[in-house]
Amino acid sequence: MYAQLVKSDALKSREEMSPEEQAFQERIDNGEKIEPKDWMPEGYRKTLIRQIGQHAHSEIVGQLPEGNWITRAPTLERKAILLAKVQDEAGHGLYLYSAAETLGVSRDELFEALHSGKMKYSSIFNYPTLNWADMGAVGWLVDGAAIMNQVPLQRTSFGPYSRAMIRICKEESFHQRQGYSIMMKMAFGTPEQKEMAQDSLNRFWFPALMMFGPSDKDSVHSAQSMAWKIKMNTNDELRQKFVNETVPQAEYLGLTVPDETLAWNEEKQGYDFAEPDWNEFFEVIKGNGPCNRERLEARVKAWDDGEWFRDGLNAFAEKAAARRLAASVAAE
Amino acid sequence: MSDQIAASGAPQDPFVSDAALKPAFFEWLCRMGDNALVLGHRTSEWCGHGPVLEEDIALANTALDLIGHTQMWLGLAGEVEDEGRDADKLAYLRDAFKFRNVLLVELPKGDMAVTVMREFLFDAYHHLLLSWLAENSNSPRVAEIAAKALKEVSYHLERASDLVVRLGDGTPESHRRMQDALDLLWPYTGEMFEGDALDTAVAEAGIAPQPEDLKADWEASVQEILDEATLKAPETAGFFHKGGKQGRHTEHLGYILAEMQFLQRAYPGASW
Ligand SMILES: [Fe+2]
Ligand SMILES: [Fe+2]
Ligand SMILES: [Fe+2]
Repeated sequence: MYAQLVKSDALKSREEMSPEEQAFQERIDNGEKIEPKDWMPEGYRKTLIRQIGQHAHSEIVGQLPEGNWITRAPTLERKAILLAKVQDEAGHGLYLYSAAETLGVSRDELFEALHSGKMKYSSIFNYPTLNWADMGAVGWLVDGAAIMNQVPLQRTSFGPYSRAMIRICKEESFHQRQGYSIMMKMAFGTPEQKEMAQDSLNRFWFPALMMFGPSDKDSVHSAQSMAWKIKMNTNDELRQKFVNETVPQAEYLGLTVPDETLAWNEEKQGYDFAEPDWNEFFEVIKGNGPCNRERLEARVKAWDDGEWFRDGLNAFAEKAAARRLAASVAAE
Repeated sequence: MSDQIAASGAPQDPFVSDAALKPAFFEWLCRMGDNALVLGHRTSEWCGHGPVLEEDIALANTALDLIGHTQMWLGLAGEVEDEGRDADKLAYLRDAFKFRNVLLVELPKGDMAVTVMREFLFDAYHHLLLSWLAENSNSPRVAEIAAKALKEVSYHLERASDLVVRLGDGTPESHRRMQDALDLLWPYTGEMFEGDALDTAVAEAGIAPQPEDLKADWEASVQEILDEATLKAPETAGFFHKGGKQGRHTEHLGYILAEMQFLQRAYPGASW
């Protein structure tokens, strides 16, 4: 899940709602889509900006850990697939920033908030990619976890967000498949390759579980987001679903999930599993993850180094417009 | 991998098994493939670090196209050589002195001015060359690859030309950076148009043009864009850096390969 710990309002009861708010809630309950020009409660707009913005930032910061291996990909085909995948993530960022823009916040403002640390991105991208199998594990686990969250979000109440999710989900399943395909090559390859695959799973398992956010019992204000249909499932539901789907895939690969307590629970028809270390999670969110500094530095550097480039294009556009105007005046 | 591409409906091409021509044809194909490979590598270094999201995506697209061209050219090179090396083996298991790309494409990516200017200067050449090959090459396989690559390179050239004009005639800073990039790169452009015995052999077979024959058209089209961009090519009095086509590279290529070939070298024989 790319949006963790998104602040929202406290849930309002019917009686507390204004007539406008009641009508708005009814539209949502009826499954209608809210469009940018429609009336919406300020809290809905603000929560959506935070959530979509965080999601967009996760897509572009998420380019970095995989981008780390593009120049070292082991074959031309792997290089092309990885590059195409990371390029998709930039495209996802673009769709999402555009969706956020319909709510009255510009891409530049959102960047500013990311660069100043005011807005967050998913904790998962603060973990390093240390061997080639990580390109497999990221696609398999990270895109896999993202899909768990994004498939239901296709039905979210806000039209532009829902449509962005529909486009994104089409590409995410390719991402997960290419990741699993790398994982198979590694797990069924030479002993060293298998070792890399296991090492990668060991490092990414718990951070992947953290992607769904803290346990429901500690989750603040998610009830209002769920009533607004901008959060479709609880964190624990999605985490359970992810574990249930992923454990057999790990077994197929002959890899060991790094959780000794992992066991099938016949009664709940799901796995019992260990919670990730939530202290670590909150440290990462605070900025103390292994790569927080590098990730943010890389984004800020790209933006700062690109300033002259953007300014140059803008200046030319203005000059060209002035020249066109002068030419049309002269022609009259 | 390349064998499969070749087997599926590739046109008959007598040059592919021409023993007398083989050494020259193989090397010439490596020149084509290595230019695409190394420039694609440099371009891919931008992924995730572009100055604006749209540009990040466009650069990744360009790099992807170039990787595709590499697969085609080096794939054919492997067939011509006929010693069991496919495109991957050629890309990942040759040392720097076996690489045949021009020096221009291996220089560090620099800032966006260097990246854009290099792409422009190279694409203007690449486009002329591919157009010639697609239309005139006696080798059906070469013509086929060139025609495929040409579609993409036409777009790269259009995009790069447009950026050169806009950044050259943008702000004083963007102008200065573009002029610096041009000054830096210009002395590396001459190599593209200097033929050697190998070029002559391939040209005499009617596979490719003499590199010198492309120069006038290149200069004219480049000059037109530079004028529009308010940029000025430096005076070099005929001097230029060369050697890449014969395997004498800058110090940069070794590091590109150390990075690119790391996994294939560290885990020989593994399948990925
Ligand atoms: Fe994505
Ligand atoms: Fe993603
Ligand atoms: Fe993805």
